Amino acid sequence: MLRIDAIDAGYGPTRVLHGLSLEVRAGEVLCVMGRNGAGKSTLMKAIMGLVPAQAGSLTLDGVRTTGLPAHAVARLGIGYVPQGRRLFGELSVHENLEIGLMARRRGQRVRDHVLSLFPRLRERLGQTARTLSGGEQQMLAIARALCLEPKVLLMDEPTEGLQPSMITLIRETVRDLRATGVAILLVEQRVDTVLQVADRVAFILAGRLAEIADARGLDAGAPQFRQYVGV
Amino acid sequence: MRGGGLLPVAGLLGVLAAGQWLLPAYHHANLVRIMVLALYATGYNIAFGYTGLLSLGHALFFAAGLYGASFAATLAGLPPGAALAAGTAAGGLAAAAVGVLALRTAGVAFMIVTLMFAQAGWLAILALGPWTRGDEGIVLPDAARALAGFDLSDDAVRYPLALALFAAGLLACLWLVRSRAGRVMVAMRENEERARMLGYDPFRVKLAALAISGTYAGAAGAAYALMFGYAGASLASVQYSILPLLWVLVGGAGTVAGPFVGCLLMFYLIDYASSLTSATLLLVGLALLVLVLFAPRGILGTLREKGVRWLP
Repeated sequence: MLRIDAIDAGYGPTRVLHGLSLEVRAGEVLCVMGRNGAGKSTLMKAIMGLVPAQAGSLTLDGVRTTGLPAHAVARLGIGYVPQGRRLFGELSVHENLEIGLMARRRGQRVRDHVLSLFPRLRERLGQTARTLSGGEQQMLAIARALCLEPKVLLMDEPTEGLQPSMITLIRETVRDLRATGVAILLVEQRVDTVLQVADRVAFILAGRLAEIADARGLDAGAPQFRQYVGV
Repeated sequence: MRGGGLLPVAGLLGVLAAGQWLLPAYHHANLVRIMVLALYATGYNIAFGYTGLLSLGHALFFAAGLYGASFAATLAGLPPGAALAAGTAAGGLAAAAVGVLALRTAGVAFMIVTLMFAQAGWLAILALGPWTRGDEGIVLPDAARALAGFDLSDDAVRYPLALALFAAGLLACLWLVRSRAGRVMVAMRENEERARMLGYDPFRVKLAALAISGTYAGAAGAAYALMFGYAGASLASVQYSILPLLWVLVGGAGTVAGPFVGCLLMFYLIDYASSLTSATLLLVGLALLVLVLFAPRGILGTLREKGVRWLP
């Protein structure tokens, strides 16, 4: 599905990712973990084309996406839920979803499917996005990305700052999406969430892939979490 | 979203229509000018208020309409209707041409680049004196201002014409901002990067918004030339880039009727201040300071924020 091959990326002269390679398969949740500054969010931005790849290549189903602008990458089927949600605060929930649906000319079927995943949003359709609670905003950010019916969904710390009930809901949503065949690349710092939703875990250290492990072989006390994440 | 309804817009247009018979001659003449300038401000609001493009180059698009219509009427001998269309198209084309280059920048750089284009246009008007007559300007002959037997220098004729143009512009703006395209423009203003990640090309969306905005400016400039019979370099100066920004900020950026309210208020504020002192801008500046302190989102924007949601 999504193949990241020996990618170098960074900001200006500063290189953050060094020859990083990963592959995310259809119907798989690949969690990316690492300390602050390890390059997790830069990896997401590089996949989306928001940070230029200085070397290496990115391919989606064999189609090279390296060097494409972000809007073209999104149109190819990569959805992105960035850290901090970044909604269109002045628009209503309905309008936020509509903008997602319009982007790839999706209609009522997709809208109904997305709202079935987040019934609470259905009750808030007319409400301005900035007036939603943190959890509801995160739901809306995920829902809007799903309006594009992405093949691959990138999620950058979606549970950050949420109350436990919302975290549970986000975990369930991730599992539901995996069941539909979406490939999910999830940056997450919560070990319990990772253990509940991940199929594989990629540990990043200073912009390099340090280790990739099968999630079934990990538990909360696994040395990798202490070594690469510091928890 | 700041869209508002059709009913309040229709109400505003109804009140303006009644002004044709009810207003004293002085205010009747003022309203003609205000409606033409409010058309300009309404277009500016599409770029700035709805799409987040802070341009300081709109004087160029206004001037393109002004001179486009004047040349069409005087050099090509076209009737006022065709001259108006020519001026409108000139404004839209100028905005699209500037946009293709200026939209490679953003934020402050976009402001500066658009300002440079407008200043270059203003200097070109001054330099091309044999055709534009520079500061002195072109005075349109009466024959060029006769529309289907009606004299455009007559207030009784140009008031309904100005109202018709303003109404068309205002209703088109209302339709645009309530349409899907309008929502994408607002999305671009709210968070360009996020809109990009949903598959929208910011360059195309912003170019379209700027071209539409320039078309409004062109129509206003053309109408100004034909109704008031004059096209001069002073109307292409930087002041005419700043004025629509002020009108929009005073009335409420991202509100449909805000530009009209801002234009009306500023017009009469300057008019009243000039009757009190020669330091007009000092009084205007103080009034704006008070407004910024108590209505930071403009008059309609602040009222909407305080719960008067039906305001357009």
